[in-house]
Amino acid sequence: MDSDLIIIGGGLNGPALALAAAQAGLSALVIDALPVSTREAGDFDGRGYALALSSKRMLEGLGLWQGLAENAQAMKEIKVSDGRVGEAEVFLGLHFDSAEIEEGPMGYMVEDRYLRRALLAAMDAESRITHRAGETVIAQETGPSGASVTLASGEVLTCRLIVGADGRQSGTCARAGIKRTGWGYGQTALVCAIAHELPHGGVAHQLFLPPGPLAILPLTGNRSSIVWSETDAQARAINALSDEKYLEILRPRFGDFLGEISLAGGRYTYPLNLTLANAFVAERVALVGDAAHGMHPIAGQGLNAGLRDVAALAHVISHAVRRGEDFASPQVLGRYQSWRRWDTASLAAATDVFNRLFSNDNPLLRVGRDIGMALVGKAPGLRRSFIREAAGLTGELPDLMRL
Amino acid sequence: MTVTVDPAEVAKFEAMSAEWWDPNGKFKPLHMLNPCRLDYITTQIAGEYDRDLTQPEPFKGLSIVDIGCGGGLLCEPMARLGATVVGVDAAERNIPVAMTHAEQSGLQIDYRNTTAEAVAAGGERFDVVLNMEVVEHVADPLAYLTACRELLKPGGLHICSTINRNPKSFAMAIVGAEYVMRWLPKGTHEWNKFITPDELYDLMRQAGLDPVDRKGFVFNPISWKWSLSDKDLSVNYVTAALNR
Repeated sequence: MDSDLIIIGGGLNGPALALAAAQAGLSALVIDALPVSTREAGDFDGRGYALALSSKRMLEGLGLWQGLAENAQAMKEIKVSDGRVGEAEVFLGLHFDSAEIEEGPMGYMVEDRYLRRALLAAMDAESRITHRAGETVIAQETGPSGASVTLASGEVLTCRLIVGADGRQSGTCARAGIKRTGWGYGQTALVCAIAHELPHGGVAHQLFLPPGPLAILPLTGNRSSIVWSETDAQARAINALSDEKYLEILRPRFGDFLGEISLAGGRYTYPLNLTLANAFVAERVALVGDAAHGMHPIAGQGLNAGLRDVAALAHVISHAVRRGEDFASPQVLGRYQSWRRWDTASLAAATDVFNRLFSNDNPLLRVGRDIGMALVGKAPGLRRSFIREAAGLTGELPDLMRL
Repeated sequence: MTVTVDPAEVAKFEAMSAEWWDPNGKFKPLHMLNPCRLDYITTQIAGEYDRDLTQPEPFKGLSIVDIGCGGGLLCEPMARLGATVVGVDAAERNIPVAMTHAEQSGLQIDYRNTTAEAVAAGGERFDVVLNMEVVEHVADPLAYLTACRELLKPGGLHICSTINRNPKSFAMAIVGAEYVMRWLPKGTHEWNKFITPDELYDLMRQAGLDPVDRKGFVFNPISWKWSLSDKDLSVNYVTAALNR
């Protein structure tokens, strides 16, 4: 065997799993189609992630958080409001304050560049991990006692378990014969970072506008990350505009509560779709992250759900190793699937319903959701359970996400 | 007696071993219970022989015999943890099945079609005897447990699981598992052969074993998982004992 695990995909989930596997005493080979130079690019590119508290705990467990902490912005509060473009936002009291739970801030905003570099450095430092960047997998084979992948160069690498961490169009998933279910939303996310005059105070805003939700997520300093959904045609038109015109479109949506705004990095677009793998495992194959479930970013749960897959798979595998089980056997992989498939399917369904409920201007729905938000806002028990959900503290927590 | 697999029969044995090892097949209840059994076994062995389960091959240097090894569901994990393993089964057809699977798994396990009594009479002695879900099937439990004790080196560890005898175990293990869930073939168990934990402790003491621990295997119908319990030994339970 060249390695215990071969992980296909060098984004965030793949390296995180390699580190978790190494911690459990297993060797991992990470195959990334992108070259290292792309992954370690140092300039801020405008992308950031909202890490739930559970994800932060996991990064602590993997020894990464210490290096990320100074560039992480705590999210202390989340304010949710309903609005129309150009009108003052209607704040209906849906306000989640982490002061209401004992565990601390519900999450942290971390820029993509810091995460990528921390993961690369940690992989480099771990002798159990081999990183093959700029290589593409063209075939995979599995059998009752092992698996192998073939690289574009013709080289064949053997392992016990293949993990697909290769995103929404996962080749690992397709090669394993796993079909996918899903649909497009007809929406595109516009992503950018902005600098603003006034401090954000660690408050994240989720504003529901008829064309799609707008999330304002606090970065370090007077900067915020914006995730803004529009219909496909509208997003294309907006993205074609100059920076100045782009900001002119954003300003009435964003409002003026943080003073004057300007762009603080690149602009990105992501077409939004829901894509679920019909199975998360096959013979000697497991899928994690978007390869298993690509969902709407409305709740900012994409990476968190992926890290939770990684933590759950690492948990199941490391316990199996300690018991002497074949960690890539159908028994063991079945435990991972039954742990994660229901959770992610219900999360995907929830984001789907939320998006449908909020991305329109139907007056009846507006009244209904405003009443709903007000009710949640006035029920402390319900409110705390939303906060814990956002912090990723509900459900059965894998070892890596426990304190 | 050494058994070798006839090459002409390999395909048949591969099919049978696939059946033994299919988590959703005929042996599903055993696969569901197995992680819990292994948790107990590995913790007891690690505790008794001062081994660190987070290290590779923690059971290196230990000899283990598994009585009633079936398809090798316990032998393979023990071998993977580094132990030298002998698997014993009185059912002849299980031996080539287990051998075929061990070979697929790349593990060295000495499978033998024989009985605990015969191995003991041969004079071999082990650090650990695994005696899981067997004692409720034997005709003379005391004679059988005595043979298991003889298989142990002085101070060796005997791990034995079985089913309690009370109305609940009758409802769960026979009515539930055999008739309702159809997990096990009807007639797998005879209720009057079930043994209470106190009776088992008595039998073990008479056989020269010193019982040191007992726990319940408890099935949770909501999470559909087995777990270990300090208190609930009402149906399935497991014990650890030392050869004095």
